[in-house]
Amino acid sequence: MATLKTLRMRIASVKSTQKITSAMKMVAAAKLRRAQEQAEAARPYATRMGRMLGSLAGSMTAGAGAPKLLAGTGADKVHLLVVCTSDRGLCGGFNSSIVRLARAEIRKLQAEGKTVKILCVGRKGRDQLRRDFASLIVGSVEEVGRKRMTFAEAQRVSDKVLAMFDAGEFDVAALYYARFKSAITQVPTRLQLVPFVASGAAAPDQGASYEYEPEEGEILAALLPRNLAVQVYGGLLENAASEQGARMSAMDSATRNAGDMIKKLTLNYNRSRQASITKELIEIISGAEAV
Amino acid sequence: MAEKTKFELVSPERLLASEDVEMVVVPGSEGDFGVLKGHAPVISTLRTGTIAVYENGHVKDRIFVAGGFAEASAERVTVLADEAVRVADIDKAAIAKDLEMLRARLGAATEDAERVALAARIEIANAKLAAA
Repeated sequence: MATLKTLRMRIASVKSTQKITSAMKMVAAAKLRRAQEQAEAARPYATRMGRMLGSLAGSMTAGAGAPKLLAGTGADKVHLLVVCTSDRGLCGGFNSSIVRLARAEIRKLQAEGKTVKILCVGRKGRDQLRRDFASLIVGSVEEVGRKRMTFAEAQRVSDKVLAMFDAGEFDVAALYYARFKSAITQVPTRLQLVPFVASGAAAPDQGASYEYEPEEGEILAALLPRNLAVQVYGGLLENAASEQGARMSAMDSATRNAGDMIKKLTLNYNRSRQASITKELIEIISGAEAV
Repeated sequence: MAEKTKFELVSPERLLASEDVEMVVVPGSEGDFGVLKGHAPVISTLRTGTIAVYENGHVKDRIFVAGGFAEASAERVTVLADEAVRVADIDKAAIAKDLEMLRARLGAATEDAERVALAARIEIANAKLAAA
């Protein structure tokens, strides 16, 4: 049976853990708000970019001279998976759920006889994927958006992808990240980057036939890499918000668990304290009676 | 008074302007073009320069952009800028300082790719100074 002293020590230690988790929860909540605002601010650019690209792509698909980023390489052999995770842990199942989705996809692609390459963004995902697919990882980017996610950082990632594409290292690329639904739900999502797929919402304006300046091919050549960066940026922002949301709820439940534990330990402590007092009294009384 | 067209200016990080204006002059890569209501649909790339927003026949607002894309249609003008700052908000001293730092880094740069990136940034900073 635990002595009073060890019980007291355990209560103290659980209490300090609780303090840490509740502080982390508060920090995550503040960061979440900021990340959400940022994600919100980035949305108009992405939607307009999608709209513009949608109308361009609509008029372009007929032509055979469409850029490869739009039309694909014509092959479907080598797949690149850009897996975005966080650099830090203690955020519940956030990283695992993204990795799980990516892993399932990798296994499926491998079963179909395709070659898979992985580009990791974020340390945690890299660590988890390295266990099973160390040989498939072609690169990793870390410390992305450590303080604040900027567009330049997203561009760094997308430049890497583009350089690989230009070198003919893959045919299809997809981004894996967690879409932010609410502070408690994040949905691991796959977003195809290359070749470009027009999202349903970005339907071109009916009947509007655009003039292009310079030629549409040239505009597309400038617009497509840009769009890739925007998609990556959007994904990273969603991911950042999701990470904070996941951390917040994980820390919330950790704080609650610590509270439960403190209650149980305190009850135990009081019981054994009373028991020892009672025991001492009995000893004194029976001693007095014996005299 | 002329009818108004909807003008939207967005950079990757935020929405900078969304308002109804009389006319917008956009620095297209093949020459500046003004957009009024009922403009023929055009998509164009932009060069580094300033966008001028007109109200009642006068320039109301000047915004510096470092390249990007513009989409004009009968109803609206959408500018997707790589980088955008209101000319009035340009901080000359800060840019001059940046420029100095960039030049120093260009002198020390050894890789070609890095040199190209730095040169591009210097060019943008110079254009920004010229616009202010």
